[in-house]
Amino acid sequence: MADVNRGNRPLSPHLQIYRPQLNSITSILTRITGNALIVGSLLVTWWLVAAAAGPDAFAVADGVITSWFGDLVMVLSLWALWYHLLAGLRHLYWDTGRGFSLDQVSVLGWGVIGGSVVLTILTVLIV
Amino acid sequence: MSEMSHSTYLTDRKRAEGLGSAKRGTQHYWSMIQSSVGLLILVPLFVFTFGPVLGAPYEEVLAYYSRPVPAIIAALTLTVGWLHFKNGAQTMLEDYARGMSLKIALIALTCISYAALAAGLFALVRLAL
Repeated sequence: MADVNRGNRPLSPHLQIYRPQLNSITSILTRITGNALIVGSLLVTWWLVAAAAGPDAFAVADGVITSWFGDLVMVLSLWALWYHLLAGLRHLYWDTGRGFSLDQVSVLGWGVIGGSVVLTILTVLIV
Repeated sequence: MSEMSHSTYLTDRKRAEGLGSAKRGTQHYWSMIQSSVGLLILVPLFVFTFGPVLGAPYEEVLAYYSRPVPAIIAALTLTVGWLHFKNGAQTMLEDYARGMSLKIALIALTCISYAALAAGLFALVRLAL
């Protein structure tokens, strides 16, 4: 591989140059929610393993997951789950080559944000 | 050898590593599509079967997950979910890490994902039997 000058070339503008917009925010939230779901997933997996292990282990795991902090984590995880699901649905729709006009992108973006909040509230009320 | 190393001692291979396509992007993309469509169905089913029993007493949880429908939904969601997590988090790590640290992170991610998956499935089998 030939030597390449990496020192004096202009750099393309990065995140801090751009004004935050619906597209960039909903995009990074997809990544953040998806990866943050490891916390809730590990909690639920632990809860199942504890239930299988016996009443004492279950009491510990159930105590953590139903504490106020556990409730907070689970409700945030629930929102992350619905958000990530709707954002994924948007990606699947985009993959068909549709939904790229500015109007549609705006509707889809606010739909993902609003829809995730509505679904979270509905789930908490129903379950 | 002395020609290339006037400014750096990196070998050609070392300098090229990580700059090209791994040639497996299509397969990775397709596996994400498949698991995301699966989860589109499984996640609502899991939320509305797991949700009601969360917070229930021990005996009730045991009885609940001895039933086939909640247990099978949970098993499928854990399986597809952890694999989707493994492949999705891989994309993030590939964006933010390079070289040896990327390799170590990917191996750790794979271990955590499969370990959680195996533990969850073992628990469900034990609860059901």
